[in-house]
Amino acid sequence: MSKTSLRTLPAEGGLGDEPLLAVEDLHVEFVTRAGVVRAVNGVSYSLNPGETLAVLGESGSGKSVTAQAIMGILDMPPARIPKGEIRFRGTDLLKLSDEARTQVRGQRIAMIFQDALSALNPVFTVGWQISEMFRVHRGMSKRDAMAKAVELMDRVRIPAAKQRVNDYPHQFSGGMRQRIMIAMSIALDPEVLIADEPTTALDVTVQAQIMELLADLQRESNMGLILITHDLGVVADVADKIAVMYAGRIVENAPVYDIYRTPAHPYTKGLLESIPRVDLKGQELYAIKGLPPNLLNMPTGCAFHPRCPYRQDNCVTDAPPLYGISGTRNSACHYWREVLDGDPR
Amino acid sequence: MATQGERILEVRDLVKHFPLTQGIMFKKQIGAIKAVDGVSFDLNKGETLGIVGESGCGKSTLAKVLMALERPTSGSVVVNGRDMARAKGADLKRMRRNIQMVMQDPYTSLNPRMTVGDIVGEPFEIHTEVAPKGDRRRKVQELLEVVGLNPDHINRYPHQFSGGQRQRIGIARGLALQPEIIVCDEPVSALDVSIQAQVINLLERLQNEFGLAYIFIAHDLSVVRHISDRVAVMYLGKMVELGKDLEIYDRPAHPYTQALLSAVPVPDPEGREQRERIILQGDPPSPANPPSGCRFRTRCWKAQEICAEQEPLLQIRPGTAHLSACHFAETHDVVHAG
Repeated sequence: MSKTSLRTLPAEGGLGDEPLLAVEDLHVEFVTRAGVVRAVNGVSYSLNPGETLAVLGESGSGKSVTAQAIMGILDMPPARIPKGEIRFRGTDLLKLSDEARTQVRGQRIAMIFQDALSALNPVFTVGWQISEMFRVHRGMSKRDAMAKAVELMDRVRIPAAKQRVNDYPHQFSGGMRQRIMIAMSIALDPEVLIADEPTTALDVTVQAQIMELLADLQRESNMGLILITHDLGVVADVADKIAVMYAGRIVENAPVYDIYRTPAHPYTKGLLESIPRVDLKGQELYAIKGLPPNLLNMPTGCAFHPRCPYRQDNCVTDAPPLYGISGTRNSACHYWREVLDGDPR
Repeated sequence: MATQGERILEVRDLVKHFPLTQGIMFKKQIGAIKAVDGVSFDLNKGETLGIVGESGCGKSTLAKVLMALERPTSGSVVVNGRDMARAKGADLKRMRRNIQMVMQDPYTSLNPRMTVGDIVGEPFEIHTEVAPKGDRRRKVQELLEVVGLNPDHINRYPHQFSGGQRQRIGIARGLALQPEIIVCDEPVSALDVSIQAQVINLLERLQNEFGLAYIFIAHDLSVVRHISDRVAVMYLGKMVELGKDLEIYDRPAHPYTQALLSAVPVPDPEGREQRERIILQGDPPSPANPPSGCRFRTRCWKAQEICAEQEPLLQIRPGTAHLSACHFAETHDVVHAG
């Protein structure tokens, strides 16, 4: 089994300070009839081997679009990337040819989608779909590839893999389908795995199984994991660092412990305070007032200002840059000091 | 949220089986999906009963039977002393006024071709005695105001509202007939995190204002804990544990409840390495062919022979203060700090 060599991509790291994956000032727009929607507005984050980065945000915050841009699965048009870099081991993926990009996609950077039932093809057996990775990327024979598929199904702990390899997706439960998706994504030992809401459609006990499986696989292969989610609980459980997105921008990024202990952006703070807690039972929950902004008609200045309890006049006019708080923390709020100190609103 | 004592709903041995048939011309029944299989509980005025469980445990079927949208196979649903499961015609129609529902998905549960005024006012068309025709528009505007929407938006269509606002429309519709009981089936799970708190606060405010009793069905255990006075845990058509919120969350006695609670991610990374986690193996069995005896025994780490032979009843077990259905019930605090 020879790995397809890539002249454009270094096979292994050894790039000094360069992280495994670095997104730099990424912009993604969609051209629609109603106007240009700026879904991603200058997002930067980085990921190292073995690390788990959680990208937290609500629907429409741009967290999935960023991931799709990394994977190179955005439909262009209507999408376009006017600016930015996605460096994988130091090489800007956006400058690669389509052919070279295909070599990266699935082999070096893989993705798990939210809804396994619609991501799997209903008319092929799961074994066929998993083994496709080996047939297409590795040129294996059908028989060898199928044997590999069984091996992988074992690895993601699907019971009786050998008997079930010829079953169709609808014959599996939700949790098992998600395992099949995971098997496909790790088939070629990717260095980066992007999981887009991998457990949102699942029950809590099954969610726990899947998150445990992902953690085990990550430990075994030391891959970098980008976990896209809106669930503050899942993030607290598994993440090393967090990037919080709001209206297409990163509003705060920090190591996981810091963000839960002392959030430095009013949006993060509001999210954390709106979680029902035992000691607040029977009391009114803190609720972030108002609604997430319409991306076609973004507020001026800071996008969060219409909902923000810390708002001052300059928030309406000046968009805050990502202020550095410490070496590992940033916050896009003019008043991050006040937020950090927990000053009363 | 003091319990005002008075019992308004009594559910006894409620069973709902959906027949599985074979053949087209000559259908014959080959089995049944036992969606709800012997559920009993009470609900008091002004109280919130949370119902938690995973998909397929029968919680939504239970909601439908309570709403008389499905007829139970057997058992009774007694509302204010009268059995709704046996009521018919005008009698049933009158009883339905008293128990209303808020649906899960505000995107599909509102008719896109009807204005908000028509949606919220539709209950008045069916129950004309509640609001005379000339009075309806004013009533609808009042309702919109109660749920925090602008009464001037009465002529707008659902697509002109955000998800959270749509859920408010659904709540206004549920309130229209001044029911005593509202069944909320996953009322916040389709909403963004920052909007969920707004809707939960609204539900609590309405409860205090109108003395409503809620049956609050959800899979988000922290939301259920926040809003409920008592909590019932369901597994495969049965209630496995029922008690006050503190009893269920701090002193769960049934292994399934313990596993469920330990599987919920805690939104605080502090001490995450030490946290106890019970990871269940496998998936819940099919409700068409549930295991004999205790239904949880196939995934239970405490299972013994007796569990396969004898079905554990929902009763107070030694060493516990609330109802649980396990032969080996033993309280065990899985979520320490919280």
